[in-house]
Amino acid sequence: MTSAYAFAALFYAAAALLVGGLAYKIYDFARTPAPLKIPTTPAPTTRGGVALRLLREVALFESLFRSNLWLWLFGILFHGALLLVLARHLRYFTEPVWAPVIWLQPFGIYAGLAMAVALAALWARRFLVERIRYISTPSDHLMLALLLGIGATGLGMKFFMHTDVVAVKAYFLGLLRFDIQPLPAHPGLYLHLILVALLMAVFPFSKLLHAPGVFFSPTRNQVDDPREKRHLAPWAAKLES
Amino acid sequence: MAAPEFAVPELKEYPVIPILKADAMAAAKPYVASAPMNEALGFPGELVADWEERAVAKLGELLQKYRSLKVYLDACVHCGACTDKCHYFLGTGDPKNMPVARQDLLRSVYRRHFTPAGKLFPKLVGAKDLTRDMLEDWYKYYNQCSECRRCSLFCPYGIDTAEITMAAKEILDAVGYGQKYTNEIIGKVHRVGNNLGLPPAALADTLEGLEEDIKADTGVDVRLPLDEAGAEVLLITPSADFFAEPHVDSLVGYAKVFHAAGIRWTLSSKASEAGNFGMFIGSYDQLRRIALRVREAALELGVKRIVVGECGHAWRVAYSFWNTLTGIGAGGNDPFALQLQKQLDQRYKQPSHICEVTYDLIRRGALKFDKEANDHRIVTFHDSCNVARGSRMGDAPGGQFEIPRAIIRAVANHYVEMAPGTTHEQTFCCGGGGGLLTDELLELRVKGASPRMEALKQVADSDGVNFMATICAICKAQFTKVLPYYHFDRSMIGGVHQLVSTAIRLGA
Ligand code: SF4
Ligand code: SF4
Repeated sequence: MTSAYAFAALFYAAAALLVGGLAYKIYDFARTPAPLKIPTTPAPTTRGGVALRLLREVALFESLFRSNLWLWLFGILFHGALLLVLARHLRYFTEPVWAPVIWLQPFGIYAGLAMAVALAALWARRFLVERIRYISTPSDHLMLALLLGIGATGLGMKFFMHTDVVAVKAYFLGLLRFDIQPLPAHPGLYLHLILVALLMAVFPFSKLLHAPGVFFSPTRNQVDDPREKRHLAPWAAKLES
Repeated sequence: MAAPEFAVPELKEYPVIPILKADAMAAAKPYVASAPMNEALGFPGELVADWEERAVAKLGELLQKYRSLKVYLDACVHCGACTDKCHYFLGTGDPKNMPVARQDLLRSVYRRHFTPAGKLFPKLVGAKDLTRDMLEDWYKYYNQCSECRRCSLFCPYGIDTAEITMAAKEILDAVGYGQKYTNEIIGKVHRVGNNLGLPPAALADTLEGLEEDIKADTGVDVRLPLDEAGAEVLLITPSADFFAEPHVDSLVGYAKVFHAAGIRWTLSSKASEAGNFGMFIGSYDQLRRIALRVREAALELGVKRIVVGECGHAWRVAYSFWNTLTGIGAGGNDPFALQLQKQLDQRYKQPSHICEVTYDLIRRGALKFDKEANDHRIVTFHDSCNVARGSRMGDAPGGQFEIPRAIIRAVANHYVEMAPGTTHEQTFCCGGGGGLLTDELLELRVKGASPRMEALKQVADSDGVNFMATICAICKAQFTKVLPYYHFDRSMIGGVHQLVSTAIRLGA
């Protein structure tokens, strides 16, 4: 039971960092004014158009598509696969498991494999393409290693070293109720969980901030209507009095 | 032309991404502004003793004022999608001219001072202290960015290096390490009224001379009025239009358009400059003070419409920022904005681009052309970065591309598009924007022009293109200078209204 408590503490701490850190960052982005209209044009002239632009950006990676097809392919493969894998993991947190989650269980496996392939390709770029090698910092490599480690330990448990998933589920349902259950002693599972907790904890302090950031990017989220509407930040308005 | 002291890039048939040449442009450093130039703008005269503290404090201040800066410093994932999108990188191969690497010069210091990760594990996340070398890199490489925003188009999060560059330049000014070319010019705008330092009397003379030239050419009395109260239109145009070649030919074109359409218009000696270098140095205060001259001139002259001449960054400032800065526009309901709104005719877009005016007149059949007069020209159009990616014309997105082209097609018979990926929103900067149009940066300007030169060479070879039209004073000046390095004739560059001027029928 010691490990069950240790992991409970780890996950509560990681979740607190994730939620608290992210909430603070989003608050910080939101309260900082954008004093000038700077959408990258051509830009939508209505709010609805902007919502569509952001949707295309988030769901299809529109700008990246225009930019670099290989990068787009591996980028969207990774993010799409991650989404499926996360959805598949919902079965550990819900009872009864929602029908769509049951339905996508087999796809989740393929997604796990695709995720690993995409991550490997993205990592290879950091070594093979001179320009990308130049801009890469150790944290860029570590982030990929972390994600790949999570994927590898997860897939390892699926294919090679099974763990007692029923007990794991009971453990996480318990965590949600603040009622700590036993956690199967399994090195692969331990490693998987530690890496996931680490990912949650570093999220608000790392480049993973691109996730909320894209919604706050003035070049993407502003409406192209500067001649029709007067746009004035509070600090700029003070200059007029 | 004297032989250049640097190797002019060879133009390739297909675009090639260069291999990295570390520090290739480390020697390119524009002159530092002198103490009087800096002080005239309220900046410290020279690099202050406690520059490190002050720079970090200024960065902190800007982080509170600009969401763009805050989000962009945090959100970059180092994906590298932008690395091959900057014309200065493509032309020089200097890795610090890759947009993300340029951003990282500031981002590394931001991380060190403003993020927990950078404070605790600087090496891990690429956080760096602001050393003298770093400051020097800021000065050099933020003065090698033309703020053209091509990188922002391709970044999955829209990260706009121009915003980072502007912040860096603001910091440099705050510690007394400003750039001579920009700061000297801003001083002139305040002292004399325009970037070129042309005093009102000389301006009046020039305009009179132009009226005589037009009369001699066409036999028609086309006027170029100055400071005429009660005119309908106030034209704000870059001061280069008053005497630089080929700019002046477009000024003549605007005058002929107003004449043919019977619109009473005027220039202003107080606001005899559309350019606003406040944007280049990222200073909201300067941006606003320079723009306010236009508001004052409009109020004094009692005009009904404000029209902007062919100038790229000026149009971005006018279109995107004037309503914010000066209340020229619609939708404001504060007293400041209302005062001007009441006077301006809200049936027209305020401000309007001269191309919008001309296009509108063409559509209404108010202008007639002899297109054959342009038959000696095979024309292509160079989209200017600030017009393409920082503004609009007309009612629909993309009007900034369609309207100038529609005008060209209406006045000339031979029009050819350059390769896709080098025009419209993907256009390449001329290489001289953002306050870099200064001779000590010639090598950078020539090399940075190479992607555009490559696209031009293709259509020159395949279709015999011999005229590249553009609607930007900086593009015109830059190309006039760099075309010969690529064995083109400098008179190949000109304005859209230069073509209009050639073909327009003035009637009796
Ligand atoms: S704004 Fe233009 S000049 Fe500056 S880094 Fe981006 S592409 Fe290069
Ligand atoms: S494209 Fe955007 S996220 Fe990618 S490296 Fe460039 S600035 Fe960073």
